[in-house]
Amino acid sequence: MSASASPLLSVQDLTVSFGRTAVVQGLSFEIAPGRTLAVVGESGSGKSVTALAIMRLLPADTSRVTGRIVLDGGNLLEKTERQMRQVRGGKISMIFQEPMTSLNPVQRIGAQLAEVIRYHRGLSGAALDGAVLELFDLVRIPDARRRVRQYPHTFSGGMRQRVMIAMALACSPSLIIADEPTTALDVTVQAQILCLMKELQRETGTAFLFITHDMGVVAEIADEVLVMRRSRVIETGSVSNVFSAPRHDYTRSLIAAVPSLVGSLAAERVAPRPLGSLPPCEAGVLSVEDLAVRFPVGGGLFGNAAGAVHAVEGVSLSIGPGETLGLVGESGSGKSTIGKAIMNLVPLHSGAVRVNGETVDYRSPASLMRLRRNVQMIFQDPFGSLDSRQTIGSAIMEPMLVHGLAKGLEAKQRMEWLLERVGLDPLRASSLPHEFSGGQRQRICIARALAMSPKLIIADEAVSALDVSIKSQIIDLMVDLQKDLGLSYLFISHDMAAVEKICDRVAVMHFGEIVEIGYKKDVIGRPGHPYTQHLLSAIPVNHPELRGTRAPLADMKARSALRPRGFEPPPARWQVAADGHFMRQPD
Amino acid sequence: MTGVPLPEDRQAEVPAISAGKSRTFLARLNLSTWIGLAVVLLLVLAAVFAPLLAPYDPTRQNILNQLAQPGAEYLLGADQFGRDVLSRLLYGARYSLTIGILSILLAMVAGSLAGMVAGHLGGKTDIVLMQFMDVVLAFPSLILGLALVAMMGATMTNILIAIAFTALPAFARVARAAVMAQRDREYVQACRAMGFSGPRILFRHILPAILPEVLVMASLWMATAVRTEASLAFIGLGLAPPNPTWGGMVREGFDNILNSFHLAIFPSLAILLLVLAFNLIGDGLRDAIDPRLKTAS
Repeated sequence: MSASASPLLSVQDLTVSFGRTAVVQGLSFEIAPGRTLAVVGESGSGKSVTALAIMRLLPADTSRVTGRIVLDGGNLLEKTERQMRQVRGGKISMIFQEPMTSLNPVQRIGAQLAEVIRYHRGLSGAALDGAVLELFDLVRIPDARRRVRQYPHTFSGGMRQRVMIAMALACSPSLIIADEPTTALDVTVQAQILCLMKELQRETGTAFLFITHDMGVVAEIADEVLVMRRSRVIETGSVSNVFSAPRHDYTRSLIAAVPSLVGSLAAERVAPRPLGSLPPCEAGVLSVEDLAVRFPVGGGLFGNAAGAVHAVEGVSLSIGPGETLGLVGESGSGKSTIGKAIMNLVPLHSGAVRVNGETVDYRSPASLMRLRRNVQMIFQDPFGSLDSRQTIGSAIMEPMLVHGLAKGLEAKQRMEWLLERVGLDPLRASSLPHEFSGGQRQRICIARALAMSPKLIIADEAVSALDVSIKSQIIDLMVDLQKDLGLSYLFISHDMAAVEKICDRVAVMHFGEIVEIGYKKDVIGRPGHPYTQHLLSAIPVNHPELRGTRAPLADMKARSALRPRGFEPPPARWQVAADGHFMRQPD
Repeated sequence: MTGVPLPEDRQAEVPAISAGKSRTFLARLNLSTWIGLAVVLLLVLAAVFAPLLAPYDPTRQNILNQLAQPGAEYLLGADQFGRDVLSRLLYGARYSLTIGILSILLAMVAGSLAGMVAGHLGGKTDIVLMQFMDVVLAFPSLILGLALVAMMGATMTNILIAIAFTALPAFARVARAAVMAQRDREYVQACRAMGFSGPRILFRHILPAILPEVLVMASLWMATAVRTEASLAFIGLGLAPPNPTWGGMVREGFDNILNSFHLAIFPSLAILLLVLAFNLIGDGLRDAIDPRLKTAS
């Protein structure tokens, strides 16, 4: 078929079915040695099943695999289980999504790595130790001699993924299958891992089959692209062709979902001038002043805390009517804690929260009731945040009944109106949450939040767990509702694409503090604070031609949020760059 | 269907129902559970209709038929006072069943409530309640039951309360652990964010989630309660004679075990049957509620 060098792996007419349901249909592709093929698709499109079929890891009694999978001239589907064990780990190895659970927590990292090498390469003694250290150096884990003796819990997510890559590389395989290897990682760590994989490919000549849902990652790393949808291939080609001239609407929508504002106004950067302190917040729907959340740590026999984790420190922000403020940052930056503190789900240490100009008194039940009528929350996991034993109609009516806003027929009618408003059939009000898909459940959560006609909705990673096409539908719905009902949103997310789409203003969180706040085009287009620049430069490009144009990642020192007892942070000094665009003066 | 345009995700995604979940709860009960339920039901019927079923008055003595062997006249024989063993067994079932079921229901309600409150409130309430439960748990249940009955007197109510007391900590612990597991789930956080009161969250939303676990425990503990009641009666702390209790009958039969073994064997078999039935129900319910716990076949 192909005129060039013979392919390393050639899959021909692969069909996988469970019972009578075909989950992969007529899939054919080739991977040349040392190249990267990205398989892109949403959950349920069959991309992970394809990977498992190649490894012959699907349960033999329930699945049926037909077609040909040819590696080095031999059809893997005809090999015996004993022969396959030589292939797995020896010629093809795999990296999974969850680095947190794929290592054995009670075994030293070095021992786990050594086991793989001993099994496949038969080394022992000093040669084995040497091979382990060599791999640690290869995946750039610093201080290798000390770290091989440590246990997995002392490794961060990114470091664990490096260990997983080292394991995959242990027997110099000719192909590595990586199934969403960076999805569970923060964007800055993702950038480091992608960079490492590219370098390793150059050094070792390994081919990659890279499974992902994120076109930005594809633009960063792939040579060839294969887009899957509902168990079929809908588009395939070289990465530059697919990005420059996508043939299928679905591919176009996937590409459009990659953030595009990043650095767009870099040329118009304005030098910030010192300001001293932030100007006082305007009284909007919500204003937060000097919010701090601290969790006491330690506590000896007599309950006196040794120190406190300063989860949120000195945060001030305000949201006007009909406005959306995005709160972005990496995991652990305190962005979710702000939302929870406003809703009294975690205790406030200090600061004032004003809703509609009224200061919330967190000790007064009446004041809390008013807060909850005006401010509602949507959570990340639409399944977890619904009671699985309660019909969705009852779940939507319950807040109205509890707050005495409506009862009887009126509540029922309002519930049906709400269901219809979020695009669900009111006839399904008596169904249980598990009968709905993820996107539909998030619609139900939105309807429930709207039941009390709030002024503001706090959306805590509300679209992060959803597939790309569902995500854009939910965002469209939120924007629609905002226009019709004059809602304001506090949109907490690590997903820059979603933030770009929905937010008017953006605040960037770093170690519990806001480091930069301003209009979307200013903060994302021409960031001023070093951390914002660092964060944004880690976001994948939206076209393969832009590879390498973003500034390389500087090493940001992680710092602990644990402070000794009685510690008070020094007052922050602020700078202003443009109208309403403020940033913290770097220390 | 109404005129609302369907969002695409509704058509694209299959509802997340697994084959195992779509079957009704009853269909998932296995054969031995049904056998257990049938045995308990039969014994309950026998106890309820004892006055109709029993061929003789269970307390009437008849010196002429002392230690009669099982036969046509006395199906299961007669004891050393000439009382009909079958009649005494039927009437004795009333006590065993009442105490076995009621004491555990009492323990279930009180213990779960204490555990739920402790788990939900946490802090000092939790410490005090659970420390108390730990103290209770430190005594073997027979010794504790014995002490309580000896203190309060061997009436039916007192025996019932004593046995309930010994089962209390088990329910409190299970309920507390279950509540704590649910407490940090997002749906509970969502309820708090909507301003629902503590009791509402606890009883409307968390209770249904932990109820299956508690019910399984209850049916297993009923077996223990029947055993404890019989043991108390056997060592002489049951209902006062001439009231027939199964444990008491075993004790009385013990004196003549060498020449009239039937006196001890039949009540022992009755106890065995009831304990086994409760255990079968408990195991079956547990498997039906959480199929993952089932031992690999």
